[in-house]
Order: sequence, then structure tokens, then C-alpha cells
Amino acid sequence: MAKQAVSFTLNGKTVDVLVEPRELLIHTLRENLNQTGAHIGCETSHCGVCTVDIDGESVKSCTLLTVQTAGSDVKSVEGMATADGLHVIQQAFVDEHGLQCGFCTPGMLMRAYRFLQENPDPNDEEIRWGMSGNLCRCTGYQNIINAVRTAAKNLQQA
Amino acid sequence: MIPSCFEYHKATSIADAIAKLQDNEDAKLLAGGHSLLPMMKLRFSEAPYLVDINGIEGLKGISIDGDTITIGAMTTESELIRSDILQQYCPLLVEAAKLVADPQVRNKGTIGGDVAHGDPGNDHPAVMLALDAQLVIHGPDGERMIPANGFFLGTYWTALEEYEILVAIKVPALTSGTGHGYHKLKRKTGDYAVAGSAVVVEMNGDVVRDIRIGLTNVAPMAIRAEAAEDLIRGKRVDDVLLKAVEKAIVAACDPAVDLRGDEEYKSHMAAIMARRSIIQAIENAKE
Repeated sequence: MAKQAVSFTLNGKTVDVLVEPRELLIHTLRENLNQTGAHIGCETSHCGVCTVDIDGESVKSCTLLTVQTAGSDVKSVEGMATADGLHVIQQAFVDEHGLQCGFCTPGMLMRAYRFLQENPDPNDEEIRWGMSGNLCRCTGYQNIINAVRTAAKNLQQA
Repeated sequence: MIPSCFEYHKATSIADAIAKLQDNEDAKLLAGGHSLLPMMKLRFSEAPYLVDINGIEGLKGISIDGDTITIGAMTTESELIRSDILQQYCPLLVEAAKLVADPQVRNKGTIGGDVAHGDPGNDHPAVMLALDAQLVIHGPDGERMIPANGFFLGTYWTALEEYEILVAIKVPALTSGTGHGYHKLKRKTGDYAVAGSAVVVEMNGDVVRDIRIGLTNVAPMAIRAEAAEDLIRGKRVDDVLLKAVEKAIVAACDPAVDLRGDEEYKSHMAAIMARRSIIQAIENAKE
């Protein structure tokens, strides 16, 4: 199958890739662009470890064709920290021990990043609903909820 | 998991999409892709040609004209939830959309895809039946409009003809004395319903003037529980009547047995979901 040239923005930089139409964004990110932050979990859009931000929305990159992202603005977990240090949300996950094995963390961070822009001052029920597309198989949910709550507070004070 | 090879075309218009469907054997439309792409990965579907209808002008958006709300087929679940028009004039759709999948999936999944896919586990078909929605369809011979009642023919089987595209859905705006309810039993967030039920009632004081009951995932397709509706129409609803209604709903169910439960359990849960939706619908019709 003929490959197609696709350009999109990844963490602020324009990237050009050559992909088959069947290539999924998660594979382009990990295998073509060596951005291995977004993980591969269930591959059927349930677990959320592949979550990235596309044009201001959280999307599961295992269920999106790379050709569909042409012209889009994609943000992955690699774009969160800066030279000055961790993003406020990342630091909140550290402070609240919002991870155990860490496999789900990139997806949790990217979802929290968008969720806290959609709802900057959520209550716990809203956090659970907003984060419900991300699974943690260590079942460390309580600390993840705590981390998102702390991140919301710290973002508002920042 | 990666789908098998296919060609990809991003359609520029509805006419372009229809032409590509005609020109390419077994071509499929790509809407939100959150049913189709997993099916292609698992080889349940091996479409050789995908026509991407994301980005076609006019397939998105929600508008109201008089007492009719028009929803573009490519409107996402998240957009339904955020819609002020729906919140005010058709909150049933907002409530049902909130129970579809999870936030990320709702950002991609579309109401048109949910309806046209023909999956009995999808939430919108039963809602469409309860709302008595009209479906606007474009095909090689132009436009036609058909009622949702009769559209769902079987599992992955609808009244859509070859090369046709569902472009919009028309639902009536809520009027005074009208109430609605949707209940869905699911094992976890993101799962399909064990059973679900959408109900719309039109009240005349305490008497149910008209009622439509749609059922999710308890038959090869979304169905109307017509025998149960007949029991309620023209009556005041009380516990005795609801017991009879539950029996009629169990009798209407023909669920597939899977890990979500056996036939008896699913049918019983459908009756419970319908009972709760009926009570909710009557309650909020009074407000």
C-alpha cells in the first residue's frame, strides 16, 4: 500500500512522516518519532495509556490513524516538563504518590492536563468522571484522584 | 494490533463520499472510528477502502428550528453533552451521551456513527426510538428521511441502502407535559450496557397520554417494547401496572448470552431499567 506524507505539530514542532494509511498514531509516535511516553496497553480504546492531546481534546492514539492527524496540533507527555522542571500536574503525581508501577501514568497525566482545562476546579466525583477513560491496573486510583485534586489547586495558585 | 491494508480517502463533500463508496467495492465510512478501527484490528472487518467523513462541512452541529432539533451525524458525544440547545430542549440525549464510553472516546465517537453502526449495544438507537427521531439520509438518488422506528433491522444491519450516508438526525424539542428517562446498567465505565432503556412520556395530568420505550442490548437490535407501551397508554401508572409492564418487557427481550449475563438476567435487568426510566420520565414531565 502506498505510503502517504503526513505533517502535524508535535509538542510545538512540525513533524513530517511517511506512513501507510493503516498506521495508528501511537505507532508513529513510538516507532517513527521515538516518543515512547505514550504507551500501548489494550489497543482497543479502553485503557487510556495511549492518551495524547489533539487540537485541544484528549484522544486515544491507538484508535486514530496517523493520516487523520494531518495538520493537527498534537501534544504528548514529552511536552509537559520544561527546562525549569516538571509540570505542575507531574509534580502533583510525585507529591501524592499518584503512581505505582507507572505504566498508566503518561495517559493519566495527559488526560489530567486536558481535564483540568475543561474543569479547573473539579470536585472528586467530577475528577472520577473526567478520568474514567484511564485504567490503572495497580488500582492506585485514590492517589491518582488526590494528585489531580492537588494539581487543580496548585494550577489555580500558579 | 494493526488493521490489514486499506486505501484511505478524506472526503471533501457528501457527494464525494457517496461517489467513493460507489467506486470502491466494500468501501466503508470512517466516522469517529472507535467501533470500526477496533473491529478492523481484530479482523472482524477488513474494509479495503475507508472514506473518512471527518471534516465535511455541514455534517456537524446542533440547531433548532421551531420544535425540531437537527443534529449533524458527525456531531461527537462530547459536543452533545456540551450543547445548550440539547440541555434545554432534549436533555435525554445529553444524559444518554454521558453514559456512552469514556471522555476520550466521546471526543471522537459520533451520534451518527453510533446510530448507523447497527450495534445493539450502542446507546443512541434506543434513544432514537424513544424520541421518535427522523433520520436524514443522502444517497446516489438524493435525500430521503425515514423514521428511526423501523431503521434497526438486526445486528450491524440497518435500513441504510448501499452507498447511502446518514447525514443528520431530527428530534422533537421537549414540550410541556413531556418527560424522559434513560437508565443503563453496565459493569464498568466504558462497557456496553447489560441492559438499558430510554423512555419518553407525554402526560395529561396523571394519565400517560403516550409513551415510547426503547431497549438497549437485549435483542439483535434496539427495539421498542410496544406491548409494554400499550399497557401504559391512557393509564395512571402505579405499582400493579409497573409489575405487568415489567413482564411485558421481559417477554420482548431476546438478548445474546455473553459475559454480561444470561438471557434471564439481562431480560430482568431490562425490565428494571425500563421501570426506572418510566418513573423518571413521569416525574420530570410534571416539573
